[in-house]
Amino acid sequence: MTKERKIESTEMSIANKVEEAVAYAIFGSEVRRREFIRMVGAAGAMTILDSVFPLGAAKALAQEKTGPIEKKSLKVGFIPITCATPIIMAEPMGFYKKHGLDVQVHKASGWAMIRDLSINGETDATHMLTPMPLAISMGAGSQTVPFVMPAVENINGQAITLANKHKGVKEAKDMKGFKFCVPFDYSMHNFLLRYFLAEGGIDPDKDVQIRVVPPPEMVANLRAGNVDGYLAPDPFNQRAVFEGEGFIFMLSKDIWPGHPCCAFAARKDFAEKYPNTFQALFKAIVDATNYAHNTEHRQEIAKAIAPRNFLNQPAELLEQVLTGVYPDGLGNMKNVPDRIDFDPFPYHSMAIWILTQMKRWGYIKQDVDYKKIAQEVYLASDCRAVMKSLGYKAPAQDSTKHQFAFGKNKTFDPNTPAEYIRSFPIRRA
Amino acid sequence: MDQVGVLSERKRAILSSVVLLTVFLGIWQLSVKTPTPGVKAEGLPGPVAVASRAWEMVSDPFYDNGPNDKGIGIQLGYSVRRLSIGYSAAALVAICLGVMLGLSPGLYRALNPYIQVLKPISPLAWMPLFLYTIKDSSQSAIMVIFMSSLWPILANTAFGVAGIKRDYLNVSALLQLSWFKRLWKVILPAAAPAIVAGLRISVGSAWVAIVAAEMLIGGTGIGYFVWNEWNNLQLTSVIFAILLTGFVGLVLDFGFASLAKTLTYKE
Repeated sequence: MTKERKIESTEMSIANKVEEAVAYAIFGSEVRRREFIRMVGAAGAMTILDSVFPLGAAKALAQEKTGPIEKKSLKVGFIPITCATPIIMAEPMGFYKKHGLDVQVHKASGWAMIRDLSINGETDATHMLTPMPLAISMGAGSQTVPFVMPAVENINGQAITLANKHKGVKEAKDMKGFKFCVPFDYSMHNFLLRYFLAEGGIDPDKDVQIRVVPPPEMVANLRAGNVDGYLAPDPFNQRAVFEGEGFIFMLSKDIWPGHPCCAFAARKDFAEKYPNTFQALFKAIVDATNYAHNTEHRQEIAKAIAPRNFLNQPAELLEQVLTGVYPDGLGNMKNVPDRIDFDPFPYHSMAIWILTQMKRWGYIKQDVDYKKIAQEVYLASDCRAVMKSLGYKAPAQDSTKHQFAFGKNKTFDPNTPAEYIRSFPIRRA
Repeated sequence: MDQVGVLSERKRAILSSVVLLTVFLGIWQLSVKTPTPGVKAEGLPGPVAVASRAWEMVSDPFYDNGPNDKGIGIQLGYSVRRLSIGYSAAALVAICLGVMLGLSPGLYRALNPYIQVLKPISPLAWMPLFLYTIKDSSQSAIMVIFMSSLWPILANTAFGVAGIKRDYLNVSALLQLSWFKRLWKVILPAAAPAIVAGLRISVGSAWVAIVAAEMLIGGTGIGYFVWNEWNNLQLTSVIFAILLTGFVGLVLDFGFASLAKTLTYKE
């Protein structure tokens, strides 16, 4: 930062330029920047800047391919569900290798476990639910560990599945007294189910019971009659149909088309300690996600991720999920190509919607600076740069207004989160 | 009863066991619907299906298809390794502590309420705490084994040592044996049957706990194997793994039973 520091290599100088540019962007003028540095010292200034802007990632981005990968051999955690498709397929289909990495994907048994494996550093990066990096960074339902979420994995791809005895159910109102499962408190499943029920006049905390159950156990619970239904990731919705235990009541895309679900995340200190590794991993994931977006590749992908080492599911079942041609358990053969889709771009507005729901249902009590948290955790501009560097089209804005398909207030404006929460008659905050 | 009578009684017991097993397997097989080709099988798989799956797995026990798919032999190896580490550590701690408690009734009374509170806690309940503090899933699983085997050994050792005949201790005091000799020559041998009984009980509970712990942490071990097959509702593998777990438990128990036999003494 200071003029006195020797410039040892081009890499260093690029890094310094980036720091300078960021400082300039924040303070607007050289004078104010100097004043700030005089107050807190050069090192202190960088620490403070780093807390509001992911400098490590930005430096790696600016350097492009110049930096060598610091750590080639990596462990990436995943939960065996189709949401993790890009993370998993990147191993057998060679996306990690293509970007210079030797990655082994490690199957974890549940979301609490995947959180702890990642916090404890047993995995380098991990599959997560999109609300989790936000919650962990804020210390909600976890110890506080700063996380970054460079990319969304899948959009859509979840469903409300009900037990066969509820074939007469038409809307949320008919679900009073039901017992539901969701995979985790801090999941889109929980927030979408609550949203859906509340829009139908059912209070999710009073009129029904919502339990956290690991997805693989949901089918067994449905079979045993322990629960009436669940909003869960696939393949466990389709699996209920496959086993003849339930039917698909509603796809999650009919609540919010294009909603985010699962994500790729890492501890912030991993991204900073190994910026080039993080960058390569980021690219591999975006690359794989983009490949999965093409519906023509879905059959090939279903075969690649079906084996016991990965999802451990029948390939035909995965094909039904990934291609969107599936029996719904009510005797219909459906054809919904966007039943699940893959799109890496982590809109800040997605994070803000998730935060509004966490606030709405009382998962976070404190005041929330929605924009700040969204910017810190969801690396939208970095993702745009990576998408462009790979030659893919990327959205121009970090935030957007989201259109819902279900509910009274169908437009979510990320600029007015507090008003949005107040617009719901059923809420805890 | 004469020698021939004893033998024939044992033979009769074996014969009854075999008959019971055959009847059980027969009923099981008959109650299972024969799957029609092309149609998905419903209900529990039969013993024939389980046996053929078992053969498949046993004939290739050491394959390694990456971190999430290893042969049954490797998985068992991981579980046994975790068991032996956690169990030996627990035995060491519990026997030392147990001897201390057994020798000093005051200490025993002081600590007893705490032991009684900690003893009934399911070892798995410690898992989140271990994960948080140790920050390593595999070591946390070992600690779960440690907790599950600690209490039975501790209680039995303390009980055994406290029950040593005063005469033995008096004699050893009279002979002015050193502290170490007293422990090694008198106390431990005298309390050995009780200690081994504790070891035998706890190896069973440790083996029960390891399967559950591995289902939680995932990755490796027989528990993870069951969980992974459950994911796919692959019940033939699950049933085989259950039987295999029971078999390993039997072998462990048999080992300690024979150890107990060699250590019993007549007064």
